[in-house]
Amino acid sequence: MQIVFYSLTILIVSGLLALCLNRFFKPANFIGALGAISGCIVGLISLFIVYNNPASAVLTIPWTVPYGSLSLAMDNLGILFLFLIFIVSALSALYGMESLRCYSGKKNIGSLWLFFNLLIASMVFIVLARNAILFLLAWEMMAISSFFLVVFAGEKKAVAKAGLIYLIATHIGTLFLLVMFGLLGNSSGSFDFSSWKIAPSGFMPSIIFLCALIGFGTKSGFMPMHIWLPETYPAAPNNVAAVLSGVMSKTGIYGLIRILTFLGMPCSWWGYLLIAMGIISGILGILFALAQHDLKRLLAYSSIENIGIISIGMGVGILGMSTHNPVLMVLGFSGSLLHVINHAFFKALLFLGAGAVLDKTQTMEMDVLGGLFKKMPITGISFLIGAAAICGLPPLNGFISEFLIYLAAFKGILGAGSIVFVSLGIIAALALIGAVAVACFTKVFGIIFLGQPRSVLSLEARDPGILMRISMLILAFCCFFIGLAAPFMVNGFAVIIAEVSGTQMMIEYTLAEVIQPLRYIVSGSLLLYGFILLLVFIRWLLLRGRRIESALTWDCGYAKPSPKMQYTASSFAQPIVNFFKGILRTKKHASKINEYFPDSFGFKTETADLFSEKVFNPMLKSVHDLTEKLTWVQHGQLQIYILYILFTLLALFIWKL
Amino acid sequence: MYLKIAQFILILILSPFLFGVINRTKAFFAGRKGSPLLQLYYDIFKLLRKGAVYSTTTSKFFIAGPIVSLSAVLTALLLIPFAGQPALISFDGDIVLFIYLLGLARFFTVLAALDTGSSFEGMGASREVQFAMFVEPALFLSLAVLTRITGQSSLSGIFSNARMSSWVTYDPLIILVLGALFIVFLAENSRIPVDDPNTHLELTMIHEVMVLDHGGVDFAYIMYSAGIKFWLFGTLLVGIFLKGYSCGQVTASVVFILGMILLAVIVGIVESTLARLRLLKVPHFLIVALALAIVALIISMR
Repeated sequence: MQIVFYSLTILIVSGLLALCLNRFFKPANFIGALGAISGCIVGLISLFIVYNNPASAVLTIPWTVPYGSLSLAMDNLGILFLFLIFIVSALSALYGMESLRCYSGKKNIGSLWLFFNLLIASMVFIVLARNAILFLLAWEMMAISSFFLVVFAGEKKAVAKAGLIYLIATHIGTLFLLVMFGLLGNSSGSFDFSSWKIAPSGFMPSIIFLCALIGFGTKSGFMPMHIWLPETYPAAPNNVAAVLSGVMSKTGIYGLIRILTFLGMPCSWWGYLLIAMGIISGILGILFALAQHDLKRLLAYSSIENIGIISIGMGVGILGMSTHNPVLMVLGFSGSLLHVINHAFFKALLFLGAGAVLDKTQTMEMDVLGGLFKKMPITGISFLIGAAAICGLPPLNGFISEFLIYLAAFKGILGAGSIVFVSLGIIAALALIGAVAVACFTKVFGIIFLGQPRSVLSLEARDPGILMRISMLILAFCCFFIGLAAPFMVNGFAVIIAEVSGTQMMIEYTLAEVIQPLRYIVSGSLLLYGFILLLVFIRWLLLRGRRIESALTWDCGYAKPSPKMQYTASSFAQPIVNFFKGILRTKKHASKINEYFPDSFGFKTETADLFSEKVFNPMLKSVHDLTEKLTWVQHGQLQIYILYILFTLLALFIWKL
Repeated sequence: MYLKIAQFILILILSPFLFGVINRTKAFFAGRKGSPLLQLYYDIFKLLRKGAVYSTTTSKFFIAGPIVSLSAVLTALLLIPFAGQPALISFDGDIVLFIYLLGLARFFTVLAALDTGSSFEGMGASREVQFAMFVEPALFLSLAVLTRITGQSSLSGIFSNARMSSWVTYDPLIILVLGALFIVFLAENSRIPVDDPNTHLELTMIHEVMVLDHGGVDFAYIMYSAGIKFWLFGTLLVGIFLKGYSCGQVTASVVFILGMILLAVIVGIVESTLARLRLLKVPHFLIVALALAIVALIISMR
C-alpha cells in the first residue's frame, strides 16, 4: 500500500519539476511525461502487490483537519478503477510526450504537465479515500486540475466558454455531493466511510441516492447533466481529452457504486431510474453524435451514449439486488463494469486517433478530410479497431459487455411483472443504439479515412511518430485482447460484485453460468478469425500470378470523378438525422441561388444540444432576469450599504430579544 | 458432431441454389424461360477464375470488406439450427451474437463502399445504415417474442424439434412474428419491395450499389455471402413453421429443405407481383415490421 505513495510522489514532484523548467520546452515536456508514466507504472506495481496481499490494503494516518482522517484503502473495486486510471493515463502521457510538441514556443508546457500529473494523483486519491473530507478534497482537486487542462490550449473564445461551463457544471455536481456526504455523515456521526456500514432508514437512502446520482452523474455525463461534456472534450488537448473521457468520467461511476455500498438494500425504483436515464443518454447521445460534423464533439456525444449503456447495466444490477434475482444482479453489474473498462480503452484510443488526425491536418471538420487510410495506415487501423469496438461488434471487447446486458434483458423477459417490460425496453434501446452507432462510426471512419482527400489539408498527412503510434497500438491491442480474455475477466468480477452487493447471493454459482456463453462467444470469435484467415488465403491462392489492374471508380461511365463528388459526412447521416428531426432540431443554412450560373453555393447544418437550448439556457435566462429585478438594491453607494448593515444588525437584535 | 459438420457443409453447398429458384419463379411469371437453376454457382465459379481490377481511389481496406463480411456471415451460420437440430454453437443469448455478426458484415460492406469515393456507393451505404436502424430492433424484438413464448434465449432452443403443445395456442402471436420476420427477411436480403437485386445502375437501390466496384474473387465472396444470408434469415421463417414437426431426422431435413425452396418460390412471387416501394416509403414499410413485433410483445405480456 505504501508503494502507491511513491507513485503519487513521483507524479507530483515531476509535475512541479516540469513547472520549474517551464522556460525550457524540451526538458519540461520530457520530465513531465516521464514522471507521469513512471508514476503510473509504480502505481500498477502497487496494485499488483496489494492484489496478492490484501492484508496491506488499509492505511490510516492521523490528520489534523477537523472531521478528516487520512484513511486510505484499496479493495477490489478500487483496484479495477485504479488499474484503468494508471494504464490510460500512462498511455496518454506517452502519447502527449510527442503530440504536445506542437505547443513548443507557444505555451508553458510545464504547467500542463503539473496539472496532468495532479489530475492523475487526484483520481488515485478519490479511489483510495475512505473519508468524506478527503474524498471531497480530491474531488475538488480533480475538478480544478482538469479545468486548467481544458483551458490550456485556449486563446479562442470557445475554449474559455467551455472551461467556464465545465467549472460551473462540476461545482453544481459537487454541491450535491456535499449535501450527500453531509446527510451520510450526519446520520452516523462520522465522516469515515467505515462507520457508514449501517444504512440509515426511511426516506434517507433514497435522498442520498438521488444526490449521488446528480452529483456523480454530472461528472460522468448522464443525459440531462451532460451539457458541459460536448464543449469540454473538444477544447482540451488530445491526450487530455483521452484521460477526461476515458477515466475521469468513470470516477463518477466509481463514486456512485461506492455510495451504493453504504445504502444497504436498494429500492427497485433506483434501478428503474438508472435504466431510464441510461436509455435516454444512450439513444440521444448516439443520435446527437451522428449529427455532429466535428470529430471530437462527435466522440464526446458518443461518450454520453456509452455512459448510458453503463448506467443501464448498473440499473439492471440494482434491480436484480432489490428483487433478489442473482442472475440479473450478476449480469447487470458485470456488464456495467466490463463496459467501464472497455469504454476507457476504446474511447481513449479514438481520442488519441483523432488527435493524430488533428495534428497532421489541423482540422476536426470531417467534411474536409478524406483518404487518410492510405497516408496514415497505423492510425487508420487503430482507429478502425476502436470504431468497431465502440459499435459493440464481435469479436472485439465492446460486444462482450453489451452482450452481458442483453443477456440480462433476455433473462428478464422470461420473468414476470414490470421486469419484463423494462427488459423489452432495454433490448429495443440497445438494438437501436447499436444500429445508430454503426451508422455513426461508419460515417466517421469512412469519411475521414477512406475515399479521396476532400481538401488540401489531408494531402500532407502521414503517420505520427513512434510514441503516438505505440500508445494507439497498445490500446487497440487491449480491445482485441479483452474480446478474447473476457471469460477470465468476468470471473474476476465475482469479488467486486460481492463487495458492492454486500451479499454472496449465489454470485459464484451464477457467474459460472454466465461465463459459459462467454466461452462460446470466444470460440465463435476464434472461428471468425479462422474464417478470415482462410478467405485471405484462398484469395491469395487464386489471385497468384493473375493480372491485378487499377482503374477509375465506376461512376456510370463518367470519366472524371472528383473528390468533391463524394458523399460527405452530412449527406451520409442525413436520412437518419432527418428522421429524428423532431429531437435533433438540426438547423440548415443555405445561400440562395439567383443566377443561372452561380459562382458559389453554400450549405451548412448545425445541431445544437437539445438540453442546452431548450432547458438550461431558458432556465438560466429566467434566473438572470429574476436577479435583474433585484439590481435596484445595489447602488454602489457606500452609505446605503452601511445602512443595510445597520438594518440587519437591528433586525438581529430584535430577533434575539 | 460429425453430423452437424456434414449439415453445415450441406448448407454451404445448397444455399446458392435458392437464388436459382427465385429467378426461375420470376421467369415463369414473366413468361420467360429463365436462367439455369444453378446460375449463381456458375457466376461464382466464373468470378473465382478472374483477375482483379481495383479503383485508384480505394485503399487496402477495400479488400477487407468482402472477406470480413463473408467470414461474419459464415460464423453466423454456425449458430443457425438446421431442421430442428441444435446448431454447432449454441448458448444462451446467441441471438445477440447472431445479429451483431450481421452488424459486423454490414459495417465492413458499408465502409468498403465508402472507400470507392463514388457518390452512388455513398448513397447506398447511407441507406443501408438507415434501414438497419429499423430492421435491427424489429429483428431483436421478434426474437424476443419467440424467447418469451418458448422460454429459450438461444436460436437452437427456440427452433428445437421438441414438440411444444402450447405452440398452437400462441397462433396470433406467431402470425404477427412471422409478418415482422418476413419484412426483416426481405429487407436484409435486399429484395423487392425494399430493394431490387436486379438493378445495378439506378439510384433507388441499396445493396447492389454498394458493391458496384468489387470484382473477381471479391465479388464472388459477396455473392456467396448473399446466398448464405438468404439461408440465415430463411431458416428463421421456415423454422417457425416446422417447429414441433417431429419425425425422423432424414425426413425432417428433406422437409426443411423443401420449406426453404418454397420460401424462395414465395419470394419469387412477391418480386413478380409487387413493385419496389419509393425510397422514402421504405422506412414506413420497415416500421410496420417494428410495429408488428411490438404488438406481438404486448400480447405476449398478458
